[in-house]
Amino acid sequence: MAPQGDPILEVRDLVKHFPLTQGIVMKRQIGAIKAVDGVSFDLRRGETLGVVGESGCGKSTLAKLLMALEKPTSGSVKVNGELVDVHKGSNLKRFRRNIQMVMQDPYTSLNPRMTVGDIIGEPYEIHTEVAPKGDRRKKVQDLLEVVGLNPDHINRYPHQFSGGQRQRIGIARGLALQPEIIICDEPVSALDVSIQAQVINLLERLQSEFGLAYIFIAHDLSVVRHISDRVAVMYLGKIVEIGKDTEIYDKPSHPYTQALLSAVPVPDPEGRETRERIILQGDPPSPANPPSGCRFRTRCWKAQEICAVEEPLLQIRPGTDHESACHFAEVHDVVHAS
Amino acid sequence: MKNPSVDTHLLPADSGTIGTEPLLAVDNLHVEFSTRQGVARAVNGVSYALNAGETLAVLGESGSGKSVTAQAIMGILDMPPARIPKGEIRFRGTDLLQLSEAQRSQIRGQQIAMIFQDALSALNPVFTVGWQIAEMFRVHKGMSKKAAYAKAVELMDRVRIPAAKQRVNDYPHQFSGGMRQRIMIAMSIALDPEVLIADEPTTALDVTVQAQIMELLAELQRESNMGLILITHDLGVVADVADKIAVMYGGRIVENAPVHDIYRNAAHPYTKGLLESIPRVDMKGQELYAIKGLPPNLLDMPTGCAFHPRCPFRQDDCVTDVPALHEISGTRSSACHYWREVLDGTAG
Repeated sequence: MAPQGDPILEVRDLVKHFPLTQGIVMKRQIGAIKAVDGVSFDLRRGETLGVVGESGCGKSTLAKLLMALEKPTSGSVKVNGELVDVHKGSNLKRFRRNIQMVMQDPYTSLNPRMTVGDIIGEPYEIHTEVAPKGDRRKKVQDLLEVVGLNPDHINRYPHQFSGGQRQRIGIARGLALQPEIIICDEPVSALDVSIQAQVINLLERLQSEFGLAYIFIAHDLSVVRHISDRVAVMYLGKIVEIGKDTEIYDKPSHPYTQALLSAVPVPDPEGRETRERIILQGDPPSPANPPSGCRFRTRCWKAQEICAVEEPLLQIRPGTDHESACHFAEVHDVVHAS
Repeated sequence: MKNPSVDTHLLPADSGTIGTEPLLAVDNLHVEFSTRQGVARAVNGVSYALNAGETLAVLGESGSGKSVTAQAIMGILDMPPARIPKGEIRFRGTDLLQLSEAQRSQIRGQQIAMIFQDALSALNPVFTVGWQIAEMFRVHKGMSKKAAYAKAVELMDRVRIPAAKQRVNDYPHQFSGGMRQRIMIAMSIALDPEVLIADEPTTALDVTVQAQIMELLAELQRESNMGLILITHDLGVVADVADKIAVMYGGRIVENAPVHDIYRNAAHPYTKGLLESIPRVDMKGQELYAIKGLPPNLLDMPTGCAFHPRCPFRQDDCVTDVPALHEISGTRSSACHYWREVLDGTAG
């Protein structure tokens, strides 16, 4: 289903700082981990936004903020044009019904002491209006069928299923409340290669069936490309480049995106000797003390004086057609260049 | 049985091969584990060979037996519960399985070394990294503490850890994931091994760091002409660095081939399925090809070909007869009854 209409999710200048404190009795704040530091984007109905970046760039904190599992330091999240107020319980409950999550690890995210029926049906305990008590078992069985599991297995326990099947259980739980948005945090990275494709196909089928919008967080760039309509690249708590999948993959303009794409091993040995590869030196700096100006400048080969002084804004740069946060943004096709 | 009292110091160490014998040869290896539920046959007759300077990628999913084979080569399987009922592992012509534990520990680390997947749990958290690298020299070479430390700093430089002199007294938790993996590599190459086994060395790392580590490994390999066994499930990494590939499924090798051949045209339905399930640019918006079903249960292996319940080209004899590893050419083989049809694309 093609993405359509007004944005279903609007995120503006979202910030999350985790305080670093010193002392036990006289606690004082000595700094902050700037996990998410000013992130803005829109998501439309039926659209998939891929979020990529290295570990520690704030992808998962962003997911928690969107789920309202963490309170943002500042910034706003609007769902269907309505502001999410994390301090108001009734507002939060309504909002949470509409936005659900699929977790990374299907082994630890399912309670081993609950049957599959109880796990998938648990959301109905909180949101009783979705399914009256008598209907629940039937609803859970329908959900099992939707995700390709046998409805007769409703009384089994998670350990009786394989990794791919457990991930399907996690997806069924996410669907239980008929949300409009599902956040998938690394949904296939714990699965075997031959199982990953099955789960990706399931997610795509569910999207077209129910018109779901996905935030798809992953580090596997080829999977993100396959499923996403738009892609956001994050580095140290900020989006450094955002655009349509073709814009990001074929015409990346931020040096970090170019380095990230060129580091992905191509599953084809032809021409491997001549392939261009940008190898970044070192590790990302600490988010507690990010570099001044552009955060990527300490690892960037294009860095000039201005990069240390002035922070580049996320905007459309000359010669490109999508937003990029680099003073020297320049389209460079790293994937197809030889 | 051969005379087991072979002194490893007398093994010829000058040439890459002895006659036609490769540097390392695994021959019809079987490994099984006794569990409460029964015997799990993790490795069922695996054979592969490695020459000096060569990179062999062992590709497979979890439970395919790729790591167990590596652990058998290193001699670090817990026995029991593991048992090696059959097979040979020849290093420079000597069957390692016939050596005593003392002789094997001479080879382990000195001539065959290993890098593990998760560097944080493979390193000891209560000793400094310098101590752990220096241990290799103290134990194997009888060096003094001071000389061993100097060597450790040298090695940390060689794997490009910045400010090695200052960082030699740091503990593993003070390093990032990529740096920890470099320390693991430093330990494994400390004694100039001839064979290096890397078990998923970059799986836990980001792609940018993965690129750094793979580049480092390739460089070290060029310098010392090591044979490298790279165990992985990542088809991208394999395409980047491997010379030849052994694909494992259900404890067997299903396909053996030079890297270019396999990506051009797979000769086994499992390999073919894996390659087709990679998301491709021109396949955007379409359903991905997915191999149906689940990997086999080692306690209850399917009859005949282990892949038959998932195979799109299955015929009646696949259910009853275990396919042999058919030779396709001098360097290529496939364990499929219908490899010709799979290669031509006329199968099924």
